[in-house]
Amino acid sequence: MTAALAIVGIGIHPFGRTEGVSGRAQAVHAVRAALADAGLRFGDMQFGFGGSWSAGDPDTLVSELGLTSLPFVNVANGCATGGSALLSADAAIRSGTHDLGLVVGFDKHPRGAFNTDPASHGIGAWYGETGLMLTTQFFGLKIQRYLHTHGIGTEVLATIAEKAFRNGALNPNAWRRKEISAAEIAAAPMISHPLTQYMYCSPGEGAVAFVVCRADRARDYCENPVHLSGAALRSRRYGSFEVFSPWLAVDAADSPTVEASAAAFAQAGLTPADVDVAQVQDTESGAELMHMAETGLCEHGAQEELISSGATAITGNLPINTDGGCIANGEPIGASGLRQVYETALQLRGEAGDHQVPGDPRVGFTHVYGAPGISACTVLTR
Amino acid sequence: MARTVDDSLFTSDGTALLGSRCDDCGAHTFPRQSGCPRCTGSSMADVPLHREGTLWSFTIQGFRPKTPYQGPDEFEPYGVGYVELPGQLIVEARLTENDPDRLEIGMPVRMEMVPFRTDDAGEPVLTFAFTPVGRS
Repeated sequence: MTAALAIVGIGIHPFGRTEGVSGRAQAVHAVRAALADAGLRFGDMQFGFGGSWSAGDPDTLVSELGLTSLPFVNVANGCATGGSALLSADAAIRSGTHDLGLVVGFDKHPRGAFNTDPASHGIGAWYGETGLMLTTQFFGLKIQRYLHTHGIGTEVLATIAEKAFRNGALNPNAWRRKEISAAEIAAAPMISHPLTQYMYCSPGEGAVAFVVCRADRARDYCENPVHLSGAALRSRRYGSFEVFSPWLAVDAADSPTVEASAAAFAQAGLTPADVDVAQVQDTESGAELMHMAETGLCEHGAQEELISSGATAITGNLPINTDGGCIANGEPIGASGLRQVYETALQLRGEAGDHQVPGDPRVGFTHVYGAPGISACTVLTR
Repeated sequence: MARTVDDSLFTSDGTALLGSRCDDCGAHTFPRQSGCPRCTGSSMADVPLHREGTLWSFTIQGFRPKTPYQGPDEFEPYGVGYVELPGQLIVEARLTENDPDRLEIGMPVRMEMVPFRTDDAGEPVLTFAFTPVGRS
């Protein structure tokens, strides 16, 4: 299918920790950068979709950006918030309701792991009280099973994180900009066996915004538009292995990633083999490993060879998480998915600087995954 | 019977976990729930879950969780696993073993009730955990 939506302006507030700058202020910074990139003013925007987990209501940004009466919808969809905001904009444009608008995601989380109230997931208080309700723990359990099933050694987990920090060091908007060796990563304190401290991303801060428009009018605003050729959001099926699950079904089913990815590629009329650069959810090293295969970028079990041979490095033939991913950028929930799209837009525009992949990339892919078992994928082209 | 973390999780004699079984398709859940996540039916019956199964995956919790965790202030890493109960489901639980080198996917494990914390009156509060079978 022909893309309906084009990204004609991109803006970001650097990820990490910015003391004294609120999440909302970071969002305003990103929005102004995106508007400037498109050569437009906020008054030109016909709609807004915005998401934030804990840094304020996105629709209140209008007090700073301009009181223009535009419809501004808040999107709250956990780790898929950014993807859902972009999908909503795509639907608004595809339906013919609007031609030009804004998508924004931002967040600002305190230090330490997320603590979630079991009741908000429909689970009894006992689950949190007895120490079972931790995302870090879930990822330990999930990768342990995955490594066992596919006969993969644990050493590759440190190699993945090493790549993330190496790419982050090349990205001026990343949080973690210092390389860390695989040996140091492997020797770091064990958070949830077999995952160590440096294999996990941390809750952080950041903001990303896009000006989007009807694809057939993109050249009015931009010389190098990036097209949303495919986008899909899926929730879990019976039998998938998801976070905060007191039980699992014996009959295993695919993760929501598998269906979201397949749907996004089908919509774009492309396959994973067409991808020149990919950003996949790397909440921790194991997530990148699993998602490489679940998205269809490689076969299950093929990851070890791809990673250790450097194929997933910026200079490899399947570059993954070229901006350092969540591991080097942290995870501000509302902004994280849109960061992947921002990085892909930079790559397709050839503007990624030190972390630019070679070879004039034309097809990019993004993937987010998270609680309570959701995934959103996009296929971006130019 | 001693106090548990949540009496509704257990059979009345406190010896087994209490789940639900769908009258229509036979799917199991834990804890009990009123609707079937597999066939979307709404006729579920209480069923005791097997006490013995095999370890399906495991990890070791390496730091003291934040609120709402209520374990003792003095933290000792604890094992967490998923245990396959044949013909029923795969249940998540604490493990009595916290050394990853002594845990192995596929090993037989058995449910038991273990003291998890002490309440304000000094009485133990019990929860369920699985322990490797045939180990001293």
